[in-house]
Amino acid sequence: MPILLAFQSFLAAIGAAVLGLCATTGSLAIFTGASVMHVFRPPWYPAEIGRQLLRIGYFSLPVVGLTAFFTGAALALQIYTGGARFNAEAVVPSIVAIGMVRELGPVLGGLMVAGRVSASIAAELGTMRVTEQIDALTTLSTNPYKYLVAPRLMAATLAMPVLAFVGDIIGIMGGYVVGTARLGFNPGAYINNTWNFLTFEDISSGLVKAAVFGFIIALMGCYQGYHSGRGAQGVGRATTNAVVSASILILASNYILNEMFFAS
Amino acid sequence: MTGVTDIPRIEMRGVKKAFGSKRVLEGVDLTVAKGESLVIIGGSGTGKSVSIKTIIGLIEPDEGDILIDGKSILGARGSSRDALLSRFGMLFQGGALFDSMPVWRNISFRLLQGRNRLSADDARDLAIEKLRRCGLGPETADLFPAELSGGMQKRVGLARAIAAEPEIMFFDEPTAGLDPIMATVINQLIRQVVSEMGATAITITHDMRSVVEIADQVAMIHQGCVQWHGPVSDVENSGEPHMDQFIHGREDGPIEAVR
Ligand SMILES: Nc1ncnc2c1ncn2[C@@H]1O[C@H](COP(=O)(O)OP(=O)(O)O)[C@@H](O)[C@H]1O
Ligand SMILES: [Mg+2]
Repeated sequence: MPILLAFQSFLAAIGAAVLGLCATTGSLAIFTGASVMHVFRPPWYPAEIGRQLLRIGYFSLPVVGLTAFFTGAALALQIYTGGARFNAEAVVPSIVAIGMVRELGPVLGGLMVAGRVSASIAAELGTMRVTEQIDALTTLSTNPYKYLVAPRLMAATLAMPVLAFVGDIIGIMGGYVVGTARLGFNPGAYINNTWNFLTFEDISSGLVKAAVFGFIIALMGCYQGYHSGRGAQGVGRATTNAVVSASILILASNYILNEMFFAS
Repeated sequence: MTGVTDIPRIEMRGVKKAFGSKRVLEGVDLTVAKGESLVIIGGSGTGKSVSIKTIIGLIEPDEGDILIDGKSILGARGSSRDALLSRFGMLFQGGALFDSMPVWRNISFRLLQGRNRLSADDARDLAIEKLRRCGLGPETADLFPAELSGGMQKRVGLARAIAAEPEIMFFDEPTAGLDPIMATVINQLIRQVVSEMGATAITITHDMRSVVEIADQVAMIHQGCVQWHGPVSDVENSGEPHMDQFIHGREDGPIEAVR
């Protein structure tokens, strides 16, 4: 009965995949709970938090800035082309601003930082796991959740909104440069149009999203690194998994957050 | 046979541990008295490192119990576990130095944490003193672990393990990768730590010279169990075939050469 056997192994494969997914979800939930708890409980390690702020925030500025600039510039061209079909080229400044601030600034910035930071956190913690440095921390009376995970979570959650805000400004500048140099907008009118249409809620919703993305970025880096498999291969897999899972979670949570802002 | 002194400092009772389907420890029973130096020998991959990690609590055993001063420590959480950990010092087989910080911060890591932490200057001085005891000069203090040779990393790891002068110390292959002279320095250091500081130590080694220079008691682990346990004076004529084969490094005997 080869067909029956094949069907059985097919079912077994599905079962194994489902069980694996449940186990991962469970262990991620436990990890998240423990990490967040340690964020709020002393002792804290201010020097570590500072180091991570520098590394996650400051050193991501070039990546986020360049991403935002070119996105804003490209957006201006596209909206001009699209707007021309309705004789509505004048919407370029306001739509570039709203698009950058509400959506593209946080999401593209988040994805770029995910590639940079999730990967490096996962590689670092994974190497520490494989070389027993995480075990060594424990034997030196230091809780790895407090010393390694909590500072990274705090730093990323704080740094990401700032990065997104900088990205918003640079993205709008990108649109401004293309709008004035290429599309013939009057500089003063472009800036006026940008300001007059942006609301506080546009900006704040984008920054809240960025904070959530920052949390996801650090969480996935830490989770994958902390549970890294053995050897160089294990660290490599942890790094890939961190970037992929952070990116997908950013896009998924972006939709959910948009729904929430939309409903309110 | 009553009184406090008869309670062993460390006791493993029927400890079992498997990783997936791979059974590593199959009922390890081991006792170490206070102020005693136990050396664990055994083929590579027999679970020596796993044994001491179960004592420290880095690996949770599947079955059995671990007792320190007669009290089970398996359920210890929170502050009681912190109190316990502050009594332990451990040298890892691979050194496990923190590569994000210089050598001196590695050594005084524990002393730079907590309420009674040392100032950076004091911690640095203390680190240099510990380095000297491990046969390393003060110029090593400002290097990063990646700049050290394997043997130097081992000695920095040792300096870190003894820095806070813990009561119970674990040394996983302290002399592996060291030249014979350095090995003697390290063996004497471990012996000193036990004799002078009154610490209790468990050392894992493959080096028979280390066994002779460090041990009060010797235990041999084979196939997940303690095959032989006795005073170091009995090692040469234990009358136990596994022991005989191991200490003389013979290829033929009850221990298979291919594992
Ligand atoms: N965290 C782990 N996960 C899976 N297997 C492990 C782990 N730690 C050790 N092992 C396995 O347990 C066995 C004993 O390891 P170990 O105690 O390190 O040996 P040794 O006696 O040489 O110190 C080895 O086969 C090793 O592969
Ligand atoms: Mg070992």
